[in-house]
Amino acid sequence: MSIVKPLLVSMLLIASPALAASEADFKAAYAAAEAANKEAGSLRNQWTTTATTLAAAKKAADSGDFETAVAQAKEAEALAKASIYQATSEKERWKDMEIR
Amino acid sequence: MKPRFAIHLALAMFALSLVAMPLFTITARAADKIDPEADKKAFQKFFMEKFPKLKPEDFVNGPYSMNEDLHKQWEEKEQFPPYEFSLEAGKEMFSRPFKNGKSYADCFPNQGIGIRQNYPYFDEKEGKVITLELALNRCREANGEAPFSYVKDEMAALTAYMAFTSRGKPFDIKIPNDPRALEAYQKGKEYFYTRRGQLNFSCATCHVQSPGERIRAEVLAPALGILNAMPIYRSEWSGMGTTSRRFTTCNSQIRGVPLTPQDDEYRNLEYYLSYVSNGMPISGPGARP
Amino acid sequence: MASTIRVRATANGDITEVQALIQHPMDSGFVKDAKGELIPPHFIQELTFEHNGKPVFVADWGAAVSKDPYVKFAFKGGKKGDDLKISWVDNKGATDTTTAKIQ
Repeated sequence: MSIVKPLLVSMLLIASPALAASEADFKAAYAAAEAANKEAGSLRNQWTTTATTLAAAKKAADSGDFETAVAQAKEAEALAKASIYQATSEKERWKDMEIR
Repeated sequence: MKPRFAIHLALAMFALSLVAMPLFTITARAADKIDPEADKKAFQKFFMEKFPKLKPEDFVNGPYSMNEDLHKQWEEKEQFPPYEFSLEAGKEMFSRPFKNGKSYADCFPNQGIGIRQNYPYFDEKEGKVITLELALNRCREANGEAPFSYVKDEMAALTAYMAFTSRGKPFDIKIPNDPRALEAYQKGKEYFYTRRGQLNFSCATCHVQSPGERIRAEVLAPALGILNAMPIYRSEWSGMGTTSRRFTTCNSQIRGVPLTPQDDEYRNLEYYLSYVSNGMPISGPGARP
Repeated sequence: MASTIRVRATANGDITEVQALIQHPMDSGFVKDAKGELIPPHFIQELTFEHNGKPVFVADWGAAVSKDPYVKFAFKGGKKGDDLKISWVDNKGATDTTTAKIQ
C-alpha cells in the first residue's frame, strides 16, 4: 500500500502533459505578452519591467527551461496588461491630481 | 428578525437613491474649457501658499529653496559652478560658423541672444510646439550639419549659453488663440498629471504633492519654475543634462519606457510647464544634486 | 589649450580663502562604457597649491574623487598681490599648472 500510492502519483505526474511546459506553450505565452506590450506601446505607456521580464522569458527558453520561460512570459503579459489598464484609466483619473 | 430586515431595506433604498442621483459633477468636469491663464494662476497660487516664506524668484532654484543646508552649499558652489566648462564650450560653439559660412545667429531672432525665455513657442504654420533644443537641431540640419543628441554634451552646452544670455529674464511663453495650440497645452498638462510607469507616479506625484520632501536621498523640487534652471549640471550625472535628458530619465526612474526626446508628448509637456511658470526668471544653466 | 584650472584666492586679513575648479574626467576605472567595457582609470593623483614657493595644500587623490573636482580651503600668511601656484599630476603622467594672484 505504501509503495503503490507514491508510484501511482508519480505515474500520474509523468503522464500529465499540463505540468511540463513545452516550447509551443512558451511561444504562445510569449506571443501573447508581446502583443499586450505592443498595445501598451501604442498607448505610449510601456513599463521597463515588462521589457526585462520578456527578455528573461526569452533567455530561459533559449536555454531550454520552458517552465521558467512560460512563467516569465505570463508575468510579462500581466505587467503589460497592467500598463494598458493604467494608461486607459489615467485618461480620466489624471484630473484627480490637477491643481485647480 | 424584523428590525434587521427593516435596516436592510432602508440601506437598499438608500443605495438605490444614490445610484439614481444625476452624475452631475463628473460630466461638468469633462466639459471644462481650456483656460491656460486660469490654470497658471491656480498653479502659482498653490505653490506660493504652500511655501509662504519663499519669494517668487526662489522657486527657480528647486531643491535649494526647499532645504537650508542645501541652499548654503549651493550658494558656495555658485561662486565656482560646475556648469562653467559647459557654458564656455557653448559660447565658443555658438559663435563658430557652420561649414557653409552661416551660424546659429542666423536661425534665431536677435542673433539668438537673450531669447531663451520665449521657448517653447507654438509654430502656427507647422501646428506644433517648437522647443529650443528642437530649434537648434533644425538650425543645424538646415545648414548641412548633423544634429546633436538631445540629452547632453553639445546640446547642453549650446542651451547653457543661450540660457545664460537670458538670465534674470522672466519666462514669457505665448499660447496663441489657436485651437491646436490650446490642445498642445492641454495635452502637456494631461501628461504632467498622468500616472505612468510601474511605480505609478505622475510628474505631479513628486513635484506637486511632495516638493521639499525626500525621495530616497534627494530633496524634491516644486513644479513651479522647474525648467527655469535648464540645462543643469547634475552631480548624479557627473555632467550636464538638458530638459530632454530630465524628461527621459524621470520616465525610466519610475519604470516607464521613455519616449524619444522631442516626441510630441515631451514638447507639449515642456510647453505646459514653461507657460505655468511665466513670470519666473530664467536661472540657467543650473546645478543640481 | 586653455588651462584646466580655475582658481580664485581672496585675502581677508590674515586668512586667504582659495577656491579651485579643475577640469578632469577623474575616471575611477570601475565604470563601464555603453559597450560594457571598463573605462580605464584616469585621475589626478597629486594636487599642490604653493604660496611663495611653499606648499600650503597638497592632496593625494585616488579613484574616489569625482569628475571636475572642486576644492576649497583657507590658509594663513598670504596677502593681496601674492602669487598662488596650482599644479596637478595624474596617473597617466599628464600635468597642468597655473598661477593666480591673491586678491
